[in-house]
Amino acid sequence: MTGAVIASPYPVAPGLPFTDDSRYRRRRARSQAMAGLIAFAAFLGVSILWIILGYVTVKGAPALNLAFFTERPLPYGEVGGGIAPAITGSLMLLVVAAVLGVPIGIGAAIFLVEYGKGSIIEGVRFASDLVAGLPSIVVGVFVWAALVRNVIGNFSGLAGAVALAIIMVPIIIRTVEAVLNLVPHTLREAGLALGVPKWRVILGVVLPTARAGIVTGVVLSVARAGGETAPLLLTTLGNQFFNWDLGKPTGAIPIQLYNYAVAPYPDWHEKAWGAALVLILVVGVLSILTRVATRGSVR
Amino acid sequence: MTATHSQIEALVRPEPVRHHVPHGPELPGHWMQVINLSVWYGARQAVEGVNMTVRPKAATAIIGPSGCGKSTFIRCLNRMHEVGAGVNRVSGQVLLDGHDIYAPSVDPVKVRRHIGMVFQRPNPFPSMSVAENVVAGLRLVSNPTKSQVDETVERCLDQAALWDEVKDKLSASGASLSGGQQQRLCIARALAVSPDVLLMDEPCSALDPIATAKIEQLIIELKRDYTIVIVTHNMQQAQRVADETAFFLAAEDRIGRLVEMAPTGQLFAHPADERTAAYVAGRFG
Repeated sequence: MTGAVIASPYPVAPGLPFTDDSRYRRRRARSQAMAGLIAFAAFLGVSILWIILGYVTVKGAPALNLAFFTERPLPYGEVGGGIAPAITGSLMLLVVAAVLGVPIGIGAAIFLVEYGKGSIIEGVRFASDLVAGLPSIVVGVFVWAALVRNVIGNFSGLAGAVALAIIMVPIIIRTVEAVLNLVPHTLREAGLALGVPKWRVILGVVLPTARAGIVTGVVLSVARAGGETAPLLLTTLGNQFFNWDLGKPTGAIPIQLYNYAVAPYPDWHEKAWGAALVLILVVGVLSILTRVATRGSVR
Repeated sequence: MTATHSQIEALVRPEPVRHHVPHGPELPGHWMQVINLSVWYGARQAVEGVNMTVRPKAATAIIGPSGCGKSTFIRCLNRMHEVGAGVNRVSGQVLLDGHDIYAPSVDPVKVRRHIGMVFQRPNPFPSMSVAENVVAGLRLVSNPTKSQVDETVERCLDQAALWDEVKDKLSASGASLSGGQQQRLCIARALAVSPDVLLMDEPCSALDPIATAKIEQLIIELKRDYTIVIVTHNMQQAQRVADETAFFLAAEDRIGRLVEMAPTGQLFAHPADERTAAYVAGRFG
């Protein structure tokens, strides 16, 4: 008997409790207005990224050709030339900086999470945050005074790598510390309960579990260091020629970008945009590669 | 005398000694004895004055209401309570085959190689496959050969009644198994380092009834070869798997004490203590 109305055995309550009223309508309007505002804020935040990407691509793409990636910069007036010494210089600086900074950063993070106690943790974390907050030019000035002036004696790739490592370390500490804290304590217990020494549990269980997050932190720090200009101006100086000697001035993409950009020639300006695009591409490709390589584990 | 010395050596020497055959009368299996054990978490006392003998090749259940110190107590049996935050102090003695695991020269890491543990929640290593999980303990303390690894994987998964279910996915992630399978994987992992004693801290509390039944069946099989101590909040489980049962209770001071320990049938049918009788009858807890 579908559709049959069954009489309720209970009386109907007077008045409808769900009725709309003006106060409710006002609140709903305000809520919708706020939701619209924050959606707009999110839109702005994302659009800044796309505007920069788009603008740099439009301005920089015409500069890109084979010579741009394979040749050294030429003096003004000569046609062609590229930023190859800056690309190889940046890669060399970043590799050396990573070799210096990654073990320190990961080691410090392991200390904070696995071994540190109370006030020591607070002290290390506070110091690391201070270093992270240092303007990068200050790092450059410090390395210039300490290494370029005194120990090494001249502008050099090594000094630049040290400056970049100083910038990388606090970033690595903070991200790796966060990731290690995400590794469940029960996994450490499981390892220890097998009669495995603590250091072996950290190497064999904790770090592999956090692998993806650690890689992400390292790449993040490399990306950040790759774009630093100020400390490099004071340490590696820049170089128009290919250089593989860490003891000599070395080119780097941001320095080359800066040199091209401050010059008064339209051709160099286009090359500066090209260098900017290459810098973004290098960083972008790096992080995409990590995302793909570390898919599916704790990040 | 010789037996004593070589057994002490087995606990303190740097190389892991497996299948060590002592001189003198053969052990009936590995046994434990707890003498006047008290435990503190920082300034707060959690357990007081426990005396207990753990029978070799038998299952000993520890039951009691929440907060009675049963988990704390079992974690003292392989010095796992020392892991984690805070300064956790212990007084008294815990003997494995007659040797104090709290003696000053004893390395807690070595103790845990002799006395394994399975936890409340299955905790396979997510970065490792099923097979790698089984041999994780072996690999992290020694360099087993390929054939040793293969042999251990099959033998321990078989002992843990898991081989038939996972033999075709040994290289899948340990985390891809069901909860009950994960817990049996953790048992296989604990067995792979050939412990003398297996401690289980509420191993079924995160599992459904079917998975629980499989683990219980497994415990009954394992106690033919291993000495097992199991903490459980489930009195029926204690009755099904345990030969001996110990009842813990915290008084109003919130300090856990051993009220009574007896063969399981006797403890449930004819408890000597009123509090045990009230608890097993379900009148509290």
